Amino acid sequence: MQNSEINVIFQIKNLQRLFEGLFVTVEIAFISIIIGSILGIIIGLSRTTKSKVVLFINRVYLEAFRIIPTLVWLFIFYFGVTTALNINLSGEVVSIIVFSLWGASEMGDIVRGALESLPKHQIESGKALGLNYIKLYWYVLIPQAIRRMIPGTINLATRMIKTTSLVVLIGVIDVVKIGQQIIESSRFEFPTASFWIYGLIFFLYFIICYPLSKISKNLEKKWND
Amino acid sequence: MSKNNNPVLLEIQDIHKKFEDKEILKGIDLSLHTGEVLVILGPSGCGKSTLLRCLNGLEKIQGGDIKFKDTSYTEKNTNWQEIHEKIGMVFQNYELFPHMTVIENILLGPLKVQKRDKAEALAQAEELLEKVGLLDRKDSFPRQLSGGQKQRIAIVRALCMNPEIMLFDEVTASLDPEMVREVLEVILGLAKQGMTMVIVTHEMGFAEAVADRIIFMDNGEICEESKPNEFFTNPKTERAKHFLNIFQY
Amino acid sequence: MNIDWNFIMTSLPLYEKAAYITLKLAFAGIVLSLVIGLVCSVILYFKVKVIDTVVQAYIELSRNTPLLVQIFFLYFGLPKLGLKMSESTCAIIGLAFLGGSYMAEAFRSGIEAVSKTQIESGTSIGLSKIQVVRYVIIPQAFSVSMPSLSANCIFLLKETSILGAISIIDVTNLTKDLIGMYYRTFESLALLVVVYLIMILPFSFILSWLERKVRYAEFGN
Repeated sequence: MQNSEINVIFQIKNLQRLFEGLFVTVEIAFISIIIGSILGIIIGLSRTTKSKVVLFINRVYLEAFRIIPTLVWLFIFYFGVTTALNINLSGEVVSIIVFSLWGASEMGDIVRGALESLPKHQIESGKALGLNYIKLYWYVLIPQAIRRMIPGTINLATRMIKTTSLVVLIGVIDVVKIGQQIIESSRFEFPTASFWIYGLIFFLYFIICYPLSKISKNLEKKWND
Repeated sequence: MSKNNNPVLLEIQDIHKKFEDKEILKGIDLSLHTGEVLVILGPSGCGKSTLLRCLNGLEKIQGGDIKFKDTSYTEKNTNWQEIHEKIGMVFQNYELFPHMTVIENILLGPLKVQKRDKAEALAQAEELLEKVGLLDRKDSFPRQLSGGQKQRIAIVRALCMNPEIMLFDEVTASLDPEMVREVLEVILGLAKQGMTMVIVTHEMGFAEAVADRIIFMDNGEICEESKPNEFFTNPKTERAKHFLNIFQY
Repeated sequence: MNIDWNFIMTSLPLYEKAAYITLKLAFAGIVLSLVIGLVCSVILYFKVKVIDTVVQAYIELSRNTPLLVQIFFLYFGLPKLGLKMSESTCAIIGLAFLGGSYMAEAFRSGIEAVSKTQIESGTSIGLSKIQVVRYVIIPQAFSVSMPSLSANCIFLLKETSILGAISIIDVTNLTKDLIGMYYRTFESLALLVVVYLIMILPFSFILSWLERKVRYAEFGN
């Protein structure tokens, strides 16, 4: 009777391992977001430059990540770069590199958008009050810019967490891989395990991403008024 | 020439209307006779636009009743579609459909609601467009027209439904001064043809010229009701006098 | 660096076939998700009791979970309940399930952008609620949501890259196999990138052109 097989997801050992895998997932996303944000802020600031060369390189970079799917980038680094440079990179490292680059390109866009949306007269009224350039940025512009960036950043974080599910395809032991291992090893005891395990993983992703997207929506609403 | 002997088209009995907790209409009684032109005047917030919007059901009333001929507005199964067909409305912001051409805007109601024959509706539409001088613009999009042109088209669109009453909600308030006249002349023309109308406006000269009766509202109630020449030269109530003074320099 | 042109030439037919599969699945998924999205947003607009809560739950569930997990569930999980489907069917259902909620969100913001007075204007000439939706709201909502809709289309096309996980020979999976078999890593990856450019860029241009053509609502009144 397959309904009793729901117990496969309640085996402590399985749950433990799944959560370990989830940790790997979130860890990759988290590290990538941090690195990506730092790089992204630099890139975003560089987009306000007048240099045509810089803008062109930036443009190519952005479009490269917009057109080429993330999985393909993972393959490019996992198979391509490793072969070309003759080095051995683990799936985790490749994931972090690719996701950081992806994050940086999107963060760059978010930063640029936030900076451009700041009302110009803020700068003028700041100057009129006697604030020098640095104080102006620190007290007036940066807090506002950060505010405008947060919904986009949270949205990016959510998408990144979902996309890390792909790293199983380059051999990383993430939550999906562990799920597959559990299903394999439970073949006899719980033949319908794949239904329950994938269902559980589905909900695990949901309980991570849904709160994030709710927070982002609420912040956006609060700050748009 | 009193039109008070003509049959009553619209009977408004002691209507009340609230927005959240604020009472906007505090008991309005009014009769509209066939062929009459009523102009409603009053300061901002007096409820004149709300009253107008109650007349074609865009706003629902919480007390009293409105009767169009024999149809009551407060019954469970009021035929709103019929009311919308028979009572046309023109808005302050024209509200033409931006994704349709002028002629498509005008024919949408006759073809899809009244299910009329296309050739017949088209003929009427073109005749009306000709009368307002915009037949050559029938294939233009609203964004290609000026405010005054759009408003005249909006009037034609409402007229093409063959309504028995026309409602005008501050239709010149959004227009540049030089375009106000072309729109008001269309409305004057309609009055001469005997169309029953209720007009909310700030244009005093126009009000005097077009109205059979002036309804002056303040604070959700009708303060004064008189003939135009009486109202403008000799207002009876203090509030009316105060209101008219605003327009004198 | 020596490029193995022979390999490239012999692989081209394989890539052509894989691209065809990719595009076919993507378009099926896109069309279905547009339909699902439109239906969902209309249901939400009319606030149909009970069904609208179901729709909202669907949207949140599909937007907050990865496509890979959804497809694994469809392909490996459901058969245990007796519901076995081919890879292609799973792929299309997966894409439509995820895409539908993205499209619904895009349509919803488009519908919200149509002003109340436009709707009143439609009501005032006697249009029924359904007619208002059909003649006044949807055309204008479509125009406003077009940028989001086209971004979603490109997104769905890119998501086909993961279908190799359920053994579909799309262009990405083909590349992985070729690398495994012939070790021509550079050529294979280069071909892959070029194929994606060929699939996505023209599509993107067509969508931009469509966006411009339906911008009428922006100028509005």
